[in-house]
Amino acid sequence: MAPLLRTTQQWVEKYRPRKVQDVAHQEEVVRTLVNTLETGNLPHLLFYGPPGTGKTTTALAIAHQLFGPELYKSRVLELNASDDRGISIVRTKIKDFAAVAVGSGISGYPCPPFKIIILDEADSMTEDAQNALRRTMETYSKVTRFCFICNYISRIIEPLASRCAKFRFKPLHEDIMLGRIQYICQEEGLDLDQEALSTLSRVSEGDLRRAITYLQSAARMYGSSISSDNIIGVSGIVPDDVLKRLVQACKSGEFDLAHTEVTEIIAEGHPVSQIFSQLFDYVIQSTEMSDEQKARVCERLAEADKCLIDGADEYLQLIDVASNTMRALSNVTQECTYF
Amino acid sequence: MLWVDKYRPRTLDKVMVHTEEAQRLKNLIAQGDCPHLLFYGPTGAGKKTLIMALLREMYGVSAEKVKVENKPWKVEVGARKIELELTTVSSNHHVELNPSDAGFQDRYVVQLIIKEMAKNRPLDVVGNKGFKVLVLNEVDKLSKDAQHSLRRTMEKYSAACRLVLCCNSASKVIEAVRSRCLNIRINAPSRDEILDVLLFIAKKENLVLPPELAGRIVLQSNRNLRRAILCLEACRVQQYPFTKDQVVQTTDWEQFITEISNDILNEQSPKRLFLVRGKLYELLTNCIPPELILKRLLQELMKKLDSELKHEVCHWAAFYEHRLQLGQKAIFHLEAFVAKFMSIYKKFLIATFG
Ligand SMILES: Nc1ncnc2c1ncn2[C@@H]1O[C@H](COP(=O)(O)OP(=O)(O)OP(=O)(O)O)[C@@H](O)[C@H]1O
Ligand SMILES: Nc1ncnc2c1ncn2[C@@H]1O[C@H](COP(=O)(O)OP(=O)(O)OP(=O)(O)O)[C@@H](O)[C@H]1O
Ligand SMILES: [Mg+2]
Ligand SMILES: [Mg+2]
Repeated sequence: MAPLLRTTQQWVEKYRPRKVQDVAHQEEVVRTLVNTLETGNLPHLLFYGPPGTGKTTTALAIAHQLFGPELYKSRVLELNASDDRGISIVRTKIKDFAAVAVGSGISGYPCPPFKIIILDEADSMTEDAQNALRRTMETYSKVTRFCFICNYISRIIEPLASRCAKFRFKPLHEDIMLGRIQYICQEEGLDLDQEALSTLSRVSEGDLRRAITYLQSAARMYGSSISSDNIIGVSGIVPDDVLKRLVQACKSGEFDLAHTEVTEIIAEGHPVSQIFSQLFDYVIQSTEMSDEQKARVCERLAEADKCLIDGADEYLQLIDVASNTMRALSNVTQECTYF
Repeated sequence: MLWVDKYRPRTLDKVMVHTEEAQRLKNLIAQGDCPHLLFYGPTGAGKKTLIMALLREMYGVSAEKVKVENKPWKVEVGARKIELELTTVSSNHHVELNPSDAGFQDRYVVQLIIKEMAKNRPLDVVGNKGFKVLVLNEVDKLSKDAQHSLRRTMEKYSAACRLVLCCNSASKVIEAVRSRCLNIRINAPSRDEILDVLLFIAKKENLVLPPELAGRIVLQSNRNLRRAILCLEACRVQQYPFTKDQVVQTTDWEQFITEISNDILNEQSPKRLFLVRGKLYELLTNCIPPELILKRLLQELMKKLDSELKHEVCHWAAFYEHRLQLGQKAIFHLEAFVAKFMSIYKKFLIATFG
């Protein structure tokens, strides 16, 4: 019989705060919820913000702290994008749960007289389903609180959003991130030098989940002493010199040179969306380019980025961006000659 | 057995390219466990090979005892019941599938399988719970809905199931999924590496492979290892002993596109467009993916163009390929590209030669 592989806990889960008080960097929501623990008052909630900033963590923590493990099942309904949340579910499962009267609490936990329905990743709910929620939310507001969680607040219809206390989850600051990382390093016995630490917090862009995943991967692959290069290796960011060569080729004004670089980038497997975002940073910071040149490059970059999201081909979008950049840099008019 | 399968390395120690990645994967699972993984890189680069070797490293030879099943799945979606058929490849330790085969139902299939895996976790003699691996191919073709549905699932079921995702373009995998995985980039092997593999295979097959021929096969493979190996085998079938100036054939559909490209460059007229349309249609009915047709056609056309024109033509290729992804009927957009090209090219010819 083959050896059974036992799971060791993922660090992301291992270091997920269990109490709202331990959620870092989101003071406003933490203050409100700590208050809830004392008074038992809770508004409907809407958490929004980029990935890995603590939204799910906070919602789960407050639910556990309010009701404890015993009542959790009967008082909390957690639905996310993996659950079906079409109109029919809103009208049946969600409504039924919302309608149930609450029983008495148990000692040791605040157990306020309502249930919580957590709708995680709510931006993937259709507008129709959201509309169907409005009535339920109003009708049962005495016994039920809703907590919506999403990345983009614009995807939540106004009538729902306006009924909620909204909290924006900010990307974690560099020093806060460093604090958490250093704590984990200590617990796990890892050794990162200053450069590796700052690389890690730079490439994670305020996303703590990413930072922790990179850290664990690097630790597994490279052992307990981790360098800045190791971090870059697991992060999937494009090395600076790749970008530099592309820009250089664009500056040369020779189409075939740029084409060669583009082909190389695709063969190396670099994600083109990542190239775009790093090219964007480069252009913005450039002191050589005029404002008009920057505008021309960025406009096409934005369009190409959208095209990628629509499923367009990486190679074609990249070659178009490179060609446009090249023409902007040599001040050739944007209009096509033979159009 | 085809050489691509016969000479696919089975273990992480035996890989001939991506040796560093293989070593790192070994370290990664040395303690028996790993995070969710996302392998990405161009086609024919060696992703699948590494994934299979990884499973073998984790579970031993029994990971290679796979059965291929085509079974019906019943999914309950609220009050509705959906039935669909899907092919899975599985061993005692893992399940592999192409969820995009399920079309817009892909989300339900993925969820169902993960939940089933979580229910039937393997146990060892003392009752410790283990985990299984779910390999999802072509995740870049997975609907956005299905990708979003993975987010919380990847966290919630992380004890019961590891996901190994595999795709060509990482850009098409949503950020939220990418940031939950260890991303492993598998680049196309270099020309030298491909040459080494070809020489290795030739030696094993007791063939004398002239360096010139090997060189041309490598060049034509465009850093696609699978293609290079297939091509070597095709040459072997075609004639042996090899000669150094033996033709290295491209595939039929590629030859056909070269022909189309010539049609377009020779005459730009509605009549010619009509002819080309018929040929494009033929390619589509032979299941050549439309974006591949467009890219290949672009490459062929570009060989004959002035650099001034190249900018413009690339732009329109990108433009119409994007439309093609949004639209339903690929032929419209392919034809539109050809029409646009003809118009540009004709104006250029008139402006240049009068
Ligand atoms: N503010 C924070 N304080 C402490 N840990 C955090 C914080 N934000 C994120 N983390 C860490 O990152 C992991 C992921 O956080 P969480 O699941 O809350 O992200 P999220 O905001 O819900 O992201 P997504 O939008 O991708 O669902 C947690 O398990 C925790 O380890
Ligand atoms: N590390 C390796 N060493 C030697 N040969 C390899 C290696 N990796 C792949 N090959 C050869 O290349 C062929 C193609 O590799 P593989 O099927 O893994 O590609 P892939 O990246 O999964 O491609 P696709 O994206 O098209 O599915 C294999 O059949 C094998 O013969
Ligand atoms: Mg979340
Ligand atoms: Mg493959």
